[in-house]
Amino acid sequence: MAKNAPPRWDRKMQQRLARGEAAALGELYDRFASLVHSQAHRMLDDETAADLVTREVFGYVWENPNAYDPKEGSMRSWVARLTRRQSVRRLREENGPRDDPDEDGNGLEERVHRATVAARADYIVASMPAPLRAALELAYIQRRDYRQTAADLGVTEDEARRRLRLGLQLLSTAHTRPLEGMSPPGYGRPL
Amino acid sequence: MTDDEADGRGDGGHDDEVRGAPRIPGPRAAADDFDLSAVPLPPPVPASPPEEPRTPPRPTAPEPESAVAPPAPSDPSPPSDPPVPAHRVLRALLGAWALAACSAEETEAVEAHLTECATCADEALRLRDAVGLLHTDRSLDLDPTLRTRVIDACLSRRPADIPVPDWAAPYDAETARLDALLRDIGSSEWHAPVRLKWFEDEQEAGRKTTVAGVIGHLMAVDGLIGAALDLDVPLGDGVLGRGADWPLSPTARTERYWSAALRPPTRAVHEPWRAQSHTLIRTVSFAGRGVSELSVSYGDFALPMHDALLDRAFECWVHGGDIAEAVDYPYEPPSAAHLNRMIDLAARLLPAALAERRRTGLAGPARHLVTAGSPGRSLHLEVEGSGGGDWYIPLDSPAALGSPAHTVAQVALDGVEFCQLVAGHVPPVEAAAGQEGDREAIRDVLSAAASLSRL
Repeated sequence: MAKNAPPRWDRKMQQRLARGEAAALGELYDRFASLVHSQAHRMLDDETAADLVTREVFGYVWENPNAYDPKEGSMRSWVARLTRRQSVRRLREENGPRDDPDEDGNGLEERVHRATVAARADYIVASMPAPLRAALELAYIQRRDYRQTAADLGVTEDEARRRLRLGLQLLSTAHTRPLEGMSPPGYGRPL
Repeated sequence: MTDDEADGRGDGGHDDEVRGAPRIPGPRAAADDFDLSAVPLPPPVPASPPEEPRTPPRPTAPEPESAVAPPAPSDPSPPSDPPVPAHRVLRALLGAWALAACSAEETEAVEAHLTECATCADEALRLRDAVGLLHTDRSLDLDPTLRTRVIDACLSRRPADIPVPDWAAPYDAETARLDALLRDIGSSEWHAPVRLKWFEDEQEAGRKTTVAGVIGHLMAVDGLIGAALDLDVPLGDGVLGRGADWPLSPTARTERYWSAALRPPTRAVHEPWRAQSHTLIRTVSFAGRGVSELSVSYGDFALPMHDALLDRAFECWVHGGDIAEAVDYPYEPPSAAHLNRMIDLAARLLPAALAERRRTGLAGPARHLVTAGSPGRSLHLEVEGSGGGDWYIPLDSPAALGSPAHTVAQVALDGVEFCQLVAGHVPPVEAAAGQEGDREAIRDVLSAAASLSRL
């Protein structure tokens, strides 16, 4: 429902937030809370920490609605980036200046990297065109092969192969973008 | 995967990626309608220009143009070796291969190809890594209490210039809770049967509908608030309008809404229901102080806006509970503060309901009339638990004041139980755990509470 929202909604929401409309804050929460919370939870793997990040992100948006630039993308993607940035900050704070390896031998930077990629992958899956997502879910979660996937979706096998490949290509971009909190933020003041 | 399934394939003539490609060796050849008249050898590892993406999301990996097979050589080479699947055929399989979603023969052919094609090997690695980013665990449902905590924290950092009126807060909270439940249920659950229950003519009444039908009901009756605010309201099948000719009685309005729809309601009702509740909250936020006393007509009766929105919050919770039960989800009562206000509204409506029942002979006669505004014979309603408190219901006239000093009977029950009684979900005779004093007064008040219920 929240996906592919028209930019008009984004601009209107920004204006309403800037005007200090509490009802707009409620609508903002209703639209993005599950995105923010699930991204934070994916990165921090902790319910309480995800709650706190959710509070921080909405607090930031409410206090700085003009930090959002509609020309740079959707409000949804902006909110997702703020969430990952805030989660990275929390991961670093939790670990302090030390960089002790975890039980798998990964240092802090490696954990930050993995968490960010995982959250970004979730975001990509949630935002990709529904036909691609449906194909990936059938093949991955339902363990259907591509012929069964094609039959389930009512498309040719060729199309099923194409969707699986394209879906994974999109997903693989989770690895290749600059990391939040590592490079200068795209825009907006830091959280 | 069986060959039968593979053979079941129909016309694949529009498969531009594989048309003209040589046959894949092995038993699964029929999976693709290769044109055997074409004889090109597998094209070399391409160094060709990137392909135009055929769907909106642009694949990051440049993809060699593959729709056109290389021209057949003028001197066809003799097919001495068994034909090997074309590079583009195998490349098209990489996604399925990475997901382990192709046949054993295809897997083998792809893996053989990867040893000799650097481009494909590179992509195969990336796609395999991408599969590692998928996961099966469903994201957790959001804790419904988080909304208030987050919004309160925001407002303490930056106070609202245009706040949501305090009396609209229960409606805001309950519609948000129901919205969260509706987001968590699947498409088919919107058609789960729900039996709505209430009390009418001294007995239980019911009406069968579905989850989507319940949301249509809530939306139609919420339209009364919209009508009072002079807004366009949803009139069924996506139509918005004033609905000037629509009945105001909640039951008649709901029936009108249900019969206006051409098809049984689906999850499509979610969005307009939520849009309307958001609009109502927004409108009362902007409307200024006077709006809280604006009269909202329900046909036979009217409530001031602040009570009407509280009534709608109550209905939203009750029907949210009906829906949750139908789809087997947990659903908690409102916060204590909001529950308290809902109980208070019912307690304030009870004296008039009692008087109405007395007028129609359903309640015993008044015993002790006092001048308006003076304390009269009262029933002590003691509500325990979350949202509870003490209310004194004047028994003989709505004009009298309830008074602890004039209590002739006491009823004790839990807050949620009391609300279930008011919602018509439990019969009055079974309602109160603790009863003391004038039995007729107790019976009359409990029956009056049940009579507040409606569709």
